[in-house]
Amino acid sequence: MTTRYTHGGDEHIFVEIDEAMSLEAFFKSLSITNAVREADIKGMTEICPANASYQIKFNPDIIHPDDLMAELKRLEQTADVSDAVLNTRIIEVPVYYQDPWTHETLMRFRERHQDPTGTDLDYSARINGYDSVDDFIKAHSGAPWFVSMVGFVSGLPFLYQMVEREKQIQVPKYLRPRTDTPKLTVGYGGSFSCIYSVRGAGGYQMFGITPMPIFDPEQKISYLKDFMVFFKPGDIVKWKPISREEYDRDVAAVEAGTFEPRIREVMFSLEDFNKDIAGTNAKLEEALYAN
Amino acid sequence: MPINVKAAGLSVTIQDLGRPGYYHLGIPMGGAMDRLALRAANLLVGNDEGAAALEAVFVGPELEFTEDALVAVTGAELPPKLDGEPMATWTTLKVKAGQVLSFDYLRSGARAYIAVSGGIDTPPMLGSRSTYAIGALGGVDGRAVQPGDVLPLGQPGKAVTEGTTIPAELRRMPGNPVELRVLPGLYWHRLTDAAGKRFFAETWKVASEADRMGYRFQGGTPIEFVEREQPFGAGSDPSNITDSCYPYGSIQIPGGTEPIILHRDAVSGGGFFTIGAVISADMDLIGQLQPHTPTRFIKVNMHTALSARRDRADLLEQIRAPFA
Repeated sequence: MTTRYTHGGDEHIFVEIDEAMSLEAFFKSLSITNAVREADIKGMTEICPANASYQIKFNPDIIHPDDLMAELKRLEQTADVSDAVLNTRIIEVPVYYQDPWTHETLMRFRERHQDPTGTDLDYSARINGYDSVDDFIKAHSGAPWFVSMVGFVSGLPFLYQMVEREKQIQVPKYLRPRTDTPKLTVGYGGSFSCIYSVRGAGGYQMFGITPMPIFDPEQKISYLKDFMVFFKPGDIVKWKPISREEYDRDVAAVEAGTFEPRIREVMFSLEDFNKDIAGTNAKLEEALYAN
Repeated sequence: MPINVKAAGLSVTIQDLGRPGYYHLGIPMGGAMDRLALRAANLLVGNDEGAAALEAVFVGPELEFTEDALVAVTGAELPPKLDGEPMATWTTLKVKAGQVLSFDYLRSGARAYIAVSGGIDTPPMLGSRSTYAIGALGGVDGRAVQPGDVLPLGQPGKAVTEGTTIPAELRRMPGNPVELRVLPGLYWHRLTDAAGKRFFAETWKVASEADRMGYRFQGGTPIEFVEREQPFGAGSDPSNITDSCYPYGSIQIPGGTEPIILHRDAVSGGGFFTIGAVISADMDLIGQLQPHTPTRFIKVNMHTALSARRDRADLLEQIRAPFA
């Protein structure tokens, strides 16, 4: 892991912790951005953490870009990157895989896909060595996922699969991005799953749809009353495959204002996770389903 | 007293100076594409420079006033008409209750700013009235202005004499040929030397996909990449990276073919490599480019970027001076 500092025009500094994605890179970035936030450097206006990098926006009338970069490098040296422990939450997100809406959309944009004859799930299952779509869905929904970035548009979470690297699902993005993606599509690109918070353009493969809104600018949805964006980096997600009936029931509950996502507070230690991935995940799941 | 929208052109949105502070959640700062033009329009009608105004793309709206007001139109040369009478751009106009403001066809530029004394007083969201349609934030119910909308106005500010004008030499518009200054950086190292040189040597053209999120360019030679084994998590295309943040003004080249400059409604991040960013001083200009406009990218260093930023600030001071 080599940290790389570069300018993004005269108003941004971009810091790449690692070219490759790993939870180690995420946690290193997290501790550095925490140190940067605490340092409260004059002229700095925004800190945007990403999967394995972060970005600072600043006012160069107040601090010279080179001075800010020197300060960020200094903070990297002093940030405590040893303590990769997070008090966070695990959330159950219901997913209706192979739903009719993403299916209609993926058929509409078939000529932009690597495999125009199949579906996104057929293709993703095949290139990841799964015998069937059902097995692939089992793998996607089996282990928990780590929210390593929020962004693109309106609170969209990027989720990283919490399994050994050799077991991680990897799929390319569409050959050319679609101009349409249904709202709340569960997608996949590179080594990241995502939930499209709003309808719009997108290049990730489409696997299913969740009934659970994650962005509400009107802040009417019960669990989005305090803030319109649901996810934050460090959240852990467990997908729960649901049927059409369960999907319809959840959508009705959301509309009635009675849908409450299952959320439990948990502690996550990267060291413990790396020592025993299956055991850590089992404990997380236990915490999620304990009452 | 409100304004009645009779016709809404192609895309007329309410914009102010935006909502910084939420980019880490994928909510861009937004606001006027051409910030200098917005500020000038507001000054001409006695508003705070950051008051909400209308940003009209290519085609002006038709607005019926229900009360006397001051109006100014800046930015693109989109000549206003009052009850059909041609009026001047970049000038304080007096509008009487009952009069209709409409527009002639576009002469140059792409976005006109229509400021009204008191400012548009729709409800702010996350600290701004700017329309961000993708996230349904700001504007009128999170969308562009439509015929039939009634736009509330705030309390008028300072009185400005009718006919007050911004001198032509202070109206900043893209040059001919259009030149956008770029500071190389970010993932510039992914380009071969030859591809990097060609990017600056060739003339590009604004594509039809050019909006508040980003401006796409066409016509240059596809990019060659420095060969590498793609890092884990990045995706298989050589233009892919592990998804990261995108600076405003950053230039990505998906698939190595067509550069896209992210603008005020930028997506906050994604998995395409970026080669640097347009300098802050030139961001206003991009919003005034029409499709097919030939454009050159000019390589600059940080020193030039910061001195251009000071020049733009000096220009704003000159625009402001008579209104102090």
